[in-house]
Amino acid sequence: MKVLIVDDSGLVRRLMRKMISDLGHEPLEAIHGKDALKQLEAHPDIGLMMLDWNMPEMNGVELLDAIKLRWDPVKRPTIIMVTTENQMEKIVQALAKGANEYIMKPFTREILIEKLSILGITNGCN
Amino acid sequence: MVTQETLNFLFSLLHKESGLALDDSKTYLIETRLDPIARQEGFPSINDLGRHMKQHPSQPLRQKVIDAMMTNETSFFRDVKPFELLKGVVIPDLLKANEKGRRIRIWTAGCSTGQEPYTISMLLCEMGPALRQWDIGILATDIADGALARAKAGIYSQYEVQRGLPVTYLTRFFNQRKTEWEIKQEVKRLVEFRRLNLLSGFSHLGIFDVIFCRNVLIYFDADTKVRIMEQFADILSSGGVFFLGGAETPFGITGKFTRIETEKGVCYKKNTIPMQP
Ligand SMILES: C[S@@+](CC[C@H](N)C(=O)[O-])C[C@H]1O[C@@H](n2cnc3c(N)ncnc32)[C@H](O)[C@@H]1O
Repeated sequence: MKVLIVDDSGLVRRLMRKMISDLGHEPLEAIHGKDALKQLEAHPDIGLMMLDWNMPEMNGVELLDAIKLRWDPVKRPTIIMVTTENQMEKIVQALAKGANEYIMKPFTREILIEKLSILGITNGCN
Repeated sequence: MVTQETLNFLFSLLHKESGLALDDSKTYLIETRLDPIARQEGFPSINDLGRHMKQHPSQPLRQKVIDAMMTNETSFFRDVKPFELLKGVVIPDLLKANEKGRRIRIWTAGCSTGQEPYTISMLLCEMGPALRQWDIGILATDIADGALARAKAGIYSQYEVQRGLPVTYLTRFFNQRKTEWEIKQEVKRLVEFRRLNLLSGFSHLGIFDVIFCRNVLIYFDADTKVRIMEQFADILSSGGVFFLGGAETPFGITGKFTRIETEKGVCYKKNTIPMQP
């Protein structure tokens, strides 16, 4: 599955890229929300987006709003917020805006695997 | 270096008092788990701790050593399937079968820090109105005092609430306390925690409709497994259901169970006609 990693930190993107490809999925990257919109247009087959909250240009929840406006909810990718924001009201806000799952940083490989399995996403086969 | 004498003493103590079956290949476990205890108690080494325990069979110190040797690894919704099966099939079946008495009793044996009984409780809370006017109890027991104290408190780290727990359960069933998360009273209410050593017998607990004993017996030797599994069969209600860990099976141990395979996963029921193991 194509997985779009949206994070302004190159280090975080690199770590997540490794985790995603180790699980047999195909990682793509975007450095902020606006970049992510471009990637989503260019690759309509992106199945999952891992989305940071705090980023320049367009942040994670702004991207959620933009996606809500433009995409048919059945056609849009599954979205996991991956952020250091760890307050209950932030989590509730992101879910209300359309995120499907939420991972608080720092996180481990086990957490990622279990969250993917909650979303019905199993390991890829390559 | 832990001497052979100390190892033999500790292995036999642990085996007798908790069922834990260790051999020399597990020496590193003794070292890593008991070194902190020896220090805490003011002994220069594990050998000195062992010698002292031999001479003074004090219960609190033994309990501390047993506690430290237990593997308490667990998570919310561990392996997922048993819980899907419980919610989708087992509980609905029990709602029909127990319609008259309107009572369901569930036991999680070896509950560790509480994630397993609380997962069950959250599922029951979620079923809401269907269970109104039902008397539902979850008994959760463990041998380890430390794990039980954490279970009762029901407060989990950010790491623990992300292991296996869907975020919607986090927002619905937990209150945030700074960086920790406390399970809500409505979930705690259904669970009673108690210290219980599975080796000391448990027929006094009465009959259960559902028993979870997952990833506990794996540490026991074959004879102990037989004894405990057969006791589970004895206190399971006639339509009752037994859950083991993903890598465990009663086959080759006891003939008292039949395997029930569904698309939602595997559980065991009591045989009405006894079979050979
Ligand atoms: C690995 S945990 C399993 C927790 C949970 N059932 C699960 O599957 O996630 C094993 C637990 O069994 C408990 N245990 C080990 N021996 C026991 C005994 N003799 N009586 C009661 N509990 C025991 C340990 O203290 C530990 O908390």
